[in-house]
Amino acid sequence: MFGIEDFWSYALILPVALGVLLGALVLVWWERRLLGWWQDRLGPNRVGWFGSLQALADLIKLLTKDDWLPPFGDRVFFILAPVIVTAAMLLAFVVVPFTPVLVIVESNIALLWFLAMSAMAVYGVLLGGLSSNNKYALLGGLRAAAQMVTYEVFLALSILGVVMLSGSFSLIDIVENQRDGFWHFIPQAVGLVIFVIAGLAETHRLPFDLPEAEHELTAGFHTEYSGMKFGLIMAAEYVALILLCCLIVILFFGGWLGPSFLPPVVWFGVKVVIVINFFILLRAAIPRPRYDQLMSLGWKILLPLTLLNILATGAWVLATQG
Amino acid sequence: MTALILFYVAGFVTLAAAILAITRTNASHALIYVVVALLAIAVIFFLLGSPFAAALQIVVYAGAIVVLFLFVVMMLNLGKSSVDRERALLTRGIWTVPSLLALVLFAVVLFALVSGDHEAGAEARMIEPKEVGIALYTKYVLAVELAGVLLLAALVGAYHLGRRYLADRREEEKTS
Repeated sequence: MFGIEDFWSYALILPVALGVLLGALVLVWWERRLLGWWQDRLGPNRVGWFGSLQALADLIKLLTKDDWLPPFGDRVFFILAPVIVTAAMLLAFVVVPFTPVLVIVESNIALLWFLAMSAMAVYGVLLGGLSSNNKYALLGGLRAAAQMVTYEVFLALSILGVVMLSGSFSLIDIVENQRDGFWHFIPQAVGLVIFVIAGLAETHRLPFDLPEAEHELTAGFHTEYSGMKFGLIMAAEYVALILLCCLIVILFFGGWLGPSFLPPVVWFGVKVVIVINFFILLRAAIPRPRYDQLMSLGWKILLPLTLLNILATGAWVLATQG
Repeated sequence: MTALILFYVAGFVTLAAAILAITRTNASHALIYVVVALLAIAVIFFLLGSPFAAALQIVVYAGAIVVLFLFVVMMLNLGKSSVDRERALLTRGIWTVPSLLALVLFAVVLFALVSGDHEAGAEARMIEPKEVGIALYTKYVLAVELAGVLLLAALVGAYHLGRRYLADRREEEKTS
């Protein structure tokens, strides 16, 4: 079960975790820069070369800030909440194959593991809102829970088409299935669109960031958080974004596949960066819907659409593969 | 060997968390213990060779059902008074009947262990997700269909219960 041959993959744990967290740190700066550029303003450009050390400066600020525990809240949950979100998101990276060899655990339930971990992340948000004992935090937590539970359904159903085409929950098999023939974003275009929408809602990023909508809920479920606990929630959000983009690349854009003049891991990185930039563009371009609009979009449009997609894909698989 | 140790650890965590879930007076704390128990059960499923069941255990039970429970607890916004009420409920007398029932179950398990008819665990092996799917849609297809019909009935029922409320809301919106 824990053989010596697995040692190499366990040695990967630390680099992957550090790499992902570093990526999140860079992404904080990169997102602000890109938003500044798209919205015709400067963005952070003071610290370091083109402001590239801004995130580091923010980190130092967060670390030295007063880490305040609300005396009226539930202490244990309050401390546990950011830990749960971050841990769940980092744990999901365990099954992400960057290349066929660069993967910590090769599993035939990899995709289900991803879904399980994103389901666990809900607890962090929910407990954060509950333990703060603050009405805005509570409302934010409630919104987050309802939104994430709802969109988890579509997140899971939208990838079933890909699973059917590949006949496996293993992410490596799914990528290998795209080697001969189209990458899945062509036969599974509907699945891709729904996955992107559901992923946005799941990571509660800007078009769907109703759990923390500043203009109505101050900062939603993390209103009471300060210092590095807030930093951890923030980091988890960016880790979730990176995770989502990795999953999109693996499921729909052929993972590490690409012409052989670049090594596989570079192809993977390039694709992930492109998808991340697309998500930042979405944030810059689309205004926030109302909460009831978000929920009715989910249940009234996305649910029938995903089910139709599954039906059509199933029929196609039956017709072509007998 | 490692698997055996992990199994006992997971089993212990399950039992401890389940007991704590019953005895906690704060509803949200109790629910978190339920989650811990469910996750530990998922570990047991995994160790018994069914990663698929383990993953679904987390996604469905821990990830969806208990989240909804916690959601309701948050909506009710239970405060100090509910903790006191819970504490008043947990008297010594309330333990007798459940303890007796648990004792009967324990005796059954003990009997099964002693009579030596427990070889099923020996042939444990990894079960692929595909095998689970094939079993569900061939051998157990009737059960799957029945469960589907039951869920549909529950869905229609939930809609029916919510419909009157929605109709009232619409009336209000029209008049206001």
